[in-house]
Amino acid sequence: MSEGISQADRPDVAESTKPGPAPAATDLFSKFDPLIEQRRALLAGGVEDPFSLVMERVLSPTVAICNGRETILLGTYNYMGMTFDPDVIAAGKQALDDYGAGTTGSRVLNGTYAGHRAVEEALKDFYAMDHAMVFSTGYQANLGIICTIAGKGDYIVLDIDSHASIWDGCKMGDAEVVPFKHNDIEAMEKRLKRIPAGAGKLVVLEGVYSMLGDIAPLKEMVRVAKENGAMVLVDEAHSMGFIGPNGRGVAEDQGCLDDVDFVIGTFSKSVGTVGGFCVSNHPKFEIMRLVCRPYVFTASLPPSVVATAAVSIRKLMHGAAKRAHLWENSRTLHQGLRDQGFTLGTDTPQSAIIAVIMPDLERGAAMWEALLHEGLYVNLARPPATPAGMTLLRCSLCAEHSPAQVQTVLGMFERAGKAVGII
Amino acid sequence: MDRAETAARIAGLIEPFNKKGVAIADYTSFAGDLEWDSLTVMDFVAAIEDEFDIIITMNQQAEIETYGQLIDAVVKLQGA
Repeated sequence: MSEGISQADRPDVAESTKPGPAPAATDLFSKFDPLIEQRRALLAGGVEDPFSLVMERVLSPTVAICNGRETILLGTYNYMGMTFDPDVIAAGKQALDDYGAGTTGSRVLNGTYAGHRAVEEALKDFYAMDHAMVFSTGYQANLGIICTIAGKGDYIVLDIDSHASIWDGCKMGDAEVVPFKHNDIEAMEKRLKRIPAGAGKLVVLEGVYSMLGDIAPLKEMVRVAKENGAMVLVDEAHSMGFIGPNGRGVAEDQGCLDDVDFVIGTFSKSVGTVGGFCVSNHPKFEIMRLVCRPYVFTASLPPSVVATAAVSIRKLMHGAAKRAHLWENSRTLHQGLRDQGFTLGTDTPQSAIIAVIMPDLERGAAMWEALLHEGLYVNLARPPATPAGMTLLRCSLCAEHSPAQVQTVLGMFERAGKAVGII
Repeated sequence: MDRAETAARIAGLIEPFNKKGVAIADYTSFAGDLEWDSLTVMDFVAAIEDEFDIIITMNQQAEIETYGQLIDAVVKLQGA
C-alpha cells in the first residue's frame, strides 16, 4: 500500500456514486468535491497543510529547512542516507559533464548509454541474478512487469494491502485479479487452489508493507505459491540495502530468494536517487525489453541518475555497519515510543518504518503540526491510503540519524503527544 | 445448488455485515444502500468465496452492483 494521500491504492469496485441534482454542464471535477470539502474543513481549523510542505534547503540526509524551520527528517525513504554520499555525488557530476543532462529517448532506441548498462550490471552483482532491467521509476517497474507478464485469462493473486503501482499494473494487463487478506497464508492458498486448471498464475507480494512497516511471511507464502504452480513477484522497495545478510531484502532474510521469480525494486529509497528495476533469473527475461510498454514508451533515466545509482548500489554491498546502525535506530525509536504510551503499527520493529497510530484524522493532523513546530517532519498518512481506515504518523529512519537525533525525536514526540492529548 | 438455496445461504452470510439493518432485496445496491467501505466489501466477498468454494475476481466484482446480481453470479460460478 502506498503513501498516496487522497486515493485508495486499489481501484474501487462495486461502488457507484449516488445520483445528485443534474448540473447544467457536467463538470468532470465534481467527483473530487468530497475531498475538496474534507481538505477545506481540515485547513479551516488553522492547521498547517500537511500535503504542501516545501523543503527550502536540504542540509543532509536527515536535516532540512522546511517552511523556514530547521527540521529533522523522519519521513523520507532515504534509509541508507546515500543522497549526500560524496562518491555518489561525484559520479553524478562527472556523468553530467560527460554525457549531458538527459538522454531524450527510449531505452530501446537512443536512450541506453554506458551508464544504463553499468547500473544493470551493478544490480546483477548486488542480487547475484542473471538479468536486470532498469525503468524510469519504481512505479513503472511494477506497472510494466505485472501488466506484461499477466494478461487476459491469467490470474494475479495479491495481498489486499499492495501498493498502488501493483494494482495499476494488474488493471492495465487485464488479468483476473484475486486479492486476499493481508499476510494471510491460508486465504492466499485457498484462492490459488480455486483457480481453473491450466490458467497462468502470478502471486504478487511485498517484503515490507510501507504503511505499517510490517513484513510478509515470505518463506511460507512463496512455498505455497510454488506448490500451486504460480510464478512469484516480490516488491522489495522498502527493504533493499538493509534487510537480509546482503541487503537483498526480506526474501533473502527468510532464505527464499532463490524461489522468487521476479524482484521489483527502486532507486528512490535506499539507493537515494530515482528509478525502478526488476531482477530475475528467468531464462527468457530479456524479451521484456521489447514487449513491456512502460519500459519502451518513455524516456530513459538521465545519465547522472544512473551514474549515482550504480555507485550507490555498489557501496550498499558493503554497508554492513550502516545497516547495523539503522536497525539500532529502529529498535531505539520503537521502544521509546512504546514506553511513552503511543500505539504502534507493529509489536516489534520489523523494518525502518515505524507507524504511530493516531486516534483520528483531526488529532493526527494536530499531532503532525505540533511535531513540525518542534522541528520534526514525519509522514501523515490517512484513509483511504491506509489499511482499516487508520490515520498514521509514519516515521522512517535513516542510517545517518545519530543516536542523539533519535533521542531528540523521542523528546519531540513526548511533548507533542502530551500537547495534543494523545498520550 | 439452485438459486433459492444459494440465496438463503447468502442471506445468512450477509447478516453480520449489514450493521445498519438495511432491508435487503434483489435490487438492494451494495454501494448505494449498504454504503460499505472497500474493506467490508473484501471481507464479505471472502466470506462468500469460502462458503461456496469459488473465487469472485475483482473483474467480476465490478459487474456486481446489486444483491440479486450477486446471487446470480454465485449460482453461475458454482456451475462453472
